Amino acid sequence: MKDLLFKNARIIDPVRNVDAKGDLGVSNGLIVEASEVKDATVIDLSGKVLTPGFIDIHVHLRQPGNSDAETVATGGAAAAAGGFTSIVAMPNTKPPADTVGAIELLRNMAKKSPVKVLPCGNMSVGGQGEAMAGIGSLKEAGIVALSDDGRCVQNHGLMRHIVEYAKAFGVPILDHCEDSSLAAGGVMHEGKWSVLLGFNGIPAAAEELIITRNVLLAQEINWRIHMQHVSTRESVNILRYARSRGIPVTGEATPHHLTLTDECIKKFDTNYKMNPPLRSEEDRQALIAGVADGTITVIATDHAPHTATAKEVEFDHAPFGIIGLETAFALCHTELVTKGVIDLPHLIRMMTAGPAEVLGLEDYSLRPGRPADLTIFDPAEEYVIDSSKFFSKSRNTPFNGRSVIGRIIMTVVDGKVVYQK
Amino acid sequence: MQWTRKDLLGLYDLSAEEITLILDTAEEFKKVSQRRVKKVPALRGKTVVNFFVEPSTRTRVSFELAEQRLSADVVNMQAQASSLLKGETLLDTVRNIEALQVDLVVMRHSAPGAQNFIARNLGCGVVNAGDGAHEHPTQALLDIFTMREKLGSVKGLQVAIVGDILHSRVARSNIWGLLKLGAQVTVAGPATLVPREFESIGVRVCHNLDEAIRNADVVNLLRIQHERQTADFFPSIGEYSKFFGIRPDTMKKLKPETLIMHPGPINRGVELAGEVADGKNSVILEQVTNGLAIRMAVLYLVAGCVQK
Amino acid sequence: MDRENVFGEGAVCRKKEDAEGNLTIMKKQLYGASEVSASIRRMAEAICREFSGGEGDLALVGIHKLGVPLAKMLEREIAAISGKHPEFGTLDITMYRDDFGDFSRLPAIQETEIPFDVNGRKLILVDDVFSSGRTIRAALDALTDFGRPGMIRLAVLVDRGEPEFPIRPDFAGFSLKVPSDHKIRLCFDPELEIYEIPTAEERAAVGNETSTPLK
Repeated sequence: MKDLLFKNARIIDPVRNVDAKGDLGVSNGLIVEASEVKDATVIDLSGKVLTPGFIDIHVHLRQPGNSDAETVATGGAAAAAGGFTSIVAMPNTKPPADTVGAIELLRNMAKKSPVKVLPCGNMSVGGQGEAMAGIGSLKEAGIVALSDDGRCVQNHGLMRHIVEYAKAFGVPILDHCEDSSLAAGGVMHEGKWSVLLGFNGIPAAAEELIITRNVLLAQEINWRIHMQHVSTRESVNILRYARSRGIPVTGEATPHHLTLTDECIKKFDTNYKMNPPLRSEEDRQALIAGVADGTITVIATDHAPHTATAKEVEFDHAPFGIIGLETAFALCHTELVTKGVIDLPHLIRMMTAGPAEVLGLEDYSLRPGRPADLTIFDPAEEYVIDSSKFFSKSRNTPFNGRSVIGRIIMTVVDGKVVYQK
Repeated sequence: MQWTRKDLLGLYDLSAEEITLILDTAEEFKKVSQRRVKKVPALRGKTVVNFFVEPSTRTRVSFELAEQRLSADVVNMQAQASSLLKGETLLDTVRNIEALQVDLVVMRHSAPGAQNFIARNLGCGVVNAGDGAHEHPTQALLDIFTMREKLGSVKGLQVAIVGDILHSRVARSNIWGLLKLGAQVTVAGPATLVPREFESIGVRVCHNLDEAIRNADVVNLLRIQHERQTADFFPSIGEYSKFFGIRPDTMKKLKPETLIMHPGPINRGVELAGEVADGKNSVILEQVTNGLAIRMAVLYLVAGCVQK
Repeated sequence: MDRENVFGEGAVCRKKEDAEGNLTIMKKQLYGASEVSASIRRMAEAICREFSGGEGDLALVGIHKLGVPLAKMLEREIAAISGKHPEFGTLDITMYRDDFGDFSRLPAIQETEIPFDVNGRKLILVDDVFSSGRTIRAALDALTDFGRPGMIRLAVLVDRGEPEFPIRPDFAGFSLKVPSDHKIRLCFDPELEIYEIPTAEERAAVGNETSTPLK
């Protein structure tokens, strides 16, 4: 593999607090000083930005079980196109990733992915929330985190034991926070629009109740619990309070919760159906405020592919979820950075160091000697999202046709260019 | 005013002028049913499919009669939402119906927005005969038609809708139609079934019957579904009736000319006492008569806009 | 085509001038108020002659829109002549048209009001302009849905004489031959008149330099 020399880039490296124009070399898959490359391919990045590779800690790859919607290979390609160099695969596959065999299968399939696929195991058997999964064995098999995403352990006693047990193995917990009795039957956010449209609602309290539980457990056990797809105002407030008290909790926001609201559903387009649901404008603003003040430290996509057949049904009967890997950066850059909510290094932190911290990855930076996982984008390019060009097997996005600013132009994994516009 | 829609999906989408056009048109169609020959050839050669993915008797009969009085050819299709889920999708089913050169589909479905989804994907006209708790436009139109016929004008009327507002498509369509025509709407019932969110669109929300009906010109009572009780929305039918049922003594609290309405079927002794249902203020059977005229008007207008 | 001769030499026309000064002929008057009134009176007289002695059974049914005010005028004339008011009804034939779904604008339905028993009665259908006969065909269907009239006759102010159906007026104020793509209109306001409207192309083909006498 030929050495690479990136010249004249704006280099943003949040862990080392770098935001400066410079050059960066890649040799043998590792980052090196620009002066150390030999016979390198020189790439001029004037006007472009080079950052550590983005990490998405919330991706559904659907394989095994629903490879009509996505495979590890196509999901990995979509990730590369979105600037992600590492993705965490949620365990709610069929069969679920709650056994060593399932994790080995995923690691095997991951060889077909251009980006790094990090396995996440179920915290309960089958994600059923009834018995603890083999957490120690899963850790040995290579999981980076535990989650029952799509569902949530309702039994607080069981959850407490899972957190205590996971702590001993050093495995972080990513929790889909939802009280199922409050959320039962709901298909969208409970509020003005669910009432006007006649849909069963999912109240904000369904999320906030479990976030509160998790804060209390994290404090009691002193172990990290990460709240997946935080979506409501009070969730942000609870998280802010907990973090101010030093409780080891973190939270992620999805691009869609930062950009869309429940009002979108009045057209009955199932591409606006996801869980947690799109919330009110007030919730959206609170989430943006949580991003701005550092309460929310991670952008994650909750990339959830579904076939057109699955989504082309009555809103009530459509599955939850939208794809997000190929639109995440452009949407966040457009809505958060160009609109002045946060600066560009802050966004990059939320897509690199933030998720790395949740997973316990140390020094996720551009320091020489680190693996050359790099993302390069043009922060000025305006374009219209065209889902027909996606690498993902699925097209279930509400953002098709939306104009955005900021385009991924190259993704490098271990020194290899895996995506180039 | 010109009608331009091939579908009638809900009153949320309509302007006050469009609603008034339907009501005016229905006045002429009401007369048709009073003639020696209760039928006009307007929709001769048109085919209408009544596609009901949720059981219904009275709405389907009303639509079917309206279609026959317009001389349309009528086919009824009944399906279960559950069986649709397992096999053919709803869209495929309706595309199959359309492939039979059907002009209009009158559709009822348990899922809110199902008709909007279908109308988006089909060339033939779609008339919503009720979609979950979303809309039931022809029911609201016949309610409003009855109010206008009895009280002259809808503007400025005080209308109280009492019952399970949360799960009621009749309530939602009535609210949209009445607000657009300038009426003042109060919704009332147990707090669990009458969400406060309706206040955001200018509807008065209250949980006390006397307060709700005090100055009402119209009291529209909704059928209470027994299964809501088992879902813990209220303690018992008896308690519901005690606090929200209209009894003969309740009538004393109303203005003497207040109309009592009900979309049917009535639970006698629950939402209202038999004496009230049969009493002089009740226009419940006239609603049924007017429903036919409204549905003829709607089918006529919509059929005129379906592209061949 | 000679643009001045759309209506023939010296025609009395109304013109409209647009923002750029281009003239458009709007219409040409065929008959004025006194001629139309006299014609309606003659029709009333003819009707009275034919139905003399049995006015009690007679009913006029005006077809919307302009057949209704015309029938009203006829009714007044008949009452003035015979001293008896015939029964009066209005009919909207929209629900009976044979071109439902073909027109670009769905016509609004007007009020049908037949406040008498049609069974056995002598009915006179009244319309402003008779051309194809299709409206009358629909009106006959509509009327017979109310009962079984003893007789139906047709009175029109203008007979264009180009029926597509085997239907002819029994009483006609004027018989006119105009090109079939021209329109004939009866107007009550601001004054009673019958006028002719040529095709849009013909109307547009009138320039500034060719002024014809304006009314």
